[in-house]
Amino acid sequence: MSVPGELLYTQEHEWVAIEGGTATIGITEFATQALGDVVFVSLPAVGAAVSAGEACGEVESTKSVSDLYAPVDGEVVEINEELDDDPGLINAEPYGVGWMFKVRVTDGQATAGGLLSPTEYDALTKSAG
Amino acid sequence: MNSTVRDTPLRSVHERLGASMTDFAGWLMPLRYGSETAEHNAVRTSAALFDLCHMGEIAVTGPEAGAALDYAVTGWPSQLAVGRARYTMLCAPDGGVIDDLIIYRQAAERFLVVANASNTAVVLAELQSRCARAEVADETAATGLVSIQGPNGSELLSTVTDIPVADMKYYAGAYGKVAGRAAWIARTGYTGEDGFEIFSAPEDCEPIWNALSATVSGGVPPAGLAARDTLRLEAGMPLYGNELGLDTTPYEAGLGRVVRLDKPDDFVGRDALAARAAEGPRRTLIGLIGGSRRVPRHGYAVLSSSGNPVGTVTSGAPSPTLGKPIAMAYVEKDAAGPFAVDVRGKAEPAEVTELPFYDRRK
Repeated sequence: MSVPGELLYTQEHEWVAIEGGTATIGITEFATQALGDVVFVSLPAVGAAVSAGEACGEVESTKSVSDLYAPVDGEVVEINEELDDDPGLINAEPYGVGWMFKVRVTDGQATAGGLLSPTEYDALTKSAG
Repeated sequence: MNSTVRDTPLRSVHERLGASMTDFAGWLMPLRYGSETAEHNAVRTSAALFDLCHMGEIAVTGPEAGAALDYAVTGWPSQLAVGRARYTMLCAPDGGVIDDLIIYRQAAERFLVVANASNTAVVLAELQSRCARAEVADETAATGLVSIQGPNGSELLSTVTDIPVADMKYYAGAYGKVAGRAAWIARTGYTGEDGFEIFSAPEDCEPIWNALSATVSGGVPPAGLAARDTLRLEAGMPLYGNELGLDTTPYEAGLGRVVRLDKPDDFVGRDALAARAAEGPRRTLIGLIGGSRRVPRHGYAVLSSSGNPVGTVTSGAPSPTLGKPIAMAYVEKDAAGPFAVDVRGKAEPAEVTELPFYDRRK
C-alpha cells in the first residue's frame, strides 16, 4: 500500500499536500482499495467555506457511499473538473490525477496541525486492515 | 454469526491473483481482484470465472425424494426430468421465504439442492424435517463450485470438457469431466448471462479453475462477489436478505410463478400462499433508474411525488451496463409514481422501469 512520504493524512483516509498556503486534497490508495471503483464524486463548490473535520462532499463507489471531509479550514479555490467525466482517475492515480479539491487555508493554519504524518497514517492503515 | 471463517479450496488461487477478500456468510471470499466494473463488463462481453464454493449443496435421495421435495418446497421437483433444473423457494408455513433454491435432478432418485451460503444450515434443518421419506445429506464441505459466466463461456468450456455443453439447454445439467475431473456441469448462473456452474470435489476445483482460465491466452479474468452483485441486480434477480426474507412471500417479489398451487398434494405454506395469491400482494417489487448520479442504496426510503415514504430500496448500485444508478424497491401496492428516493437527506428523482434492467436476449 503506497503512503507517499511527502504528504500528510487524516483519519478519514484523505491525503493533504500543503504548499504556499493552499492544501490539495484527495483520498488515499488505502481508501480506493476499500471503496472499489469510484463512480461519482460530489465536490464542494469553488468559493465555498469549509471547516476541518466537516463533511463537504461524497464519494460513490460500486458498493458504498462515503463522506468527503475537509481536512483544514479555508476556502475552496479549485476542484478537479476531470473527475466529473472520469471518476476512475481516483482509482488509477489517487495521489496524482485523482486529486479532488484545493483549499486556501485560513491564515495561521498553514501547518500540519491535526494531520497525520506518513508514519502515523501507515500505522493507522495497518491496524485498520 | 460464525466466529470462524472458512476458506474455499481456491484460497491460494485468489491470493496469487491478488484478490481483496471479504468475510461473506462465514466464508472468506474474493470481493474483487482489480476493478469490479471491469469484472462485470467481462461477464457481459466475454467471460469470467467465479469461485462459488460458499454455496450450500444438499442432496435429497431415495425412491421418495421427489415426492418429499414436493412437500418441502413451492415448486414441483418430482415433475422435473433427469438432467433439468428449476428455481424454487423454501417457504415457512405462513408463506414467508426461508430461502430461494436451485434444484437439479441429477438422477431419478437424486436431487441436488443449492442454497445460499447464509441459509445452508436452516435449509438443511428444514429439509431434514420436511423430507422424512428421503435421505437428506449436507454435501457442502464435500463439494466445490466454479462458474464460468458470459457469452463466451460455452465455447471456452467446450475445449476442456468431454460433454457437448454447447447443446445443453439453459437450466439443464449433466455429469461429465472438466480438465479430466468428474463434475456435475450445469447451464445455470446468477448473472443474467449465459454460463455454467461446475460442481466437483473440492480438491478438483483448482485444476478445473486453472484449465478454464487457460482457455484464453492471458487467462479468463476472475470475478468477485462485488461484480456478482451488480450482475444479478442488472438481471433483476432477487438476493436473499434484500428482496427476499421471512417477511416476504414469493408474490411480493413478482415470483408467484414458482409457487405451484396446481400440484395435487399439500406442501408447507400452501394455505397461506393460496390466500396471498387470491388477495394479491401487499407490496410490489419495482425497478428504479436513478435520475442523478447519487445511488439509491439498500434501506433508503422511496418517496411519492408529495414526498411521503411509500417504500424502501432493497438493492441499489451504479449499473456498469446502463451507466446509471439502478435499484429494486418494495412500494405499497397502490403507490404510483413519479417516485423519488431519499438519498441521504435529498430527494433524488427515480424513474420506474420494467425488470430486468438488462436482458441479454434483447
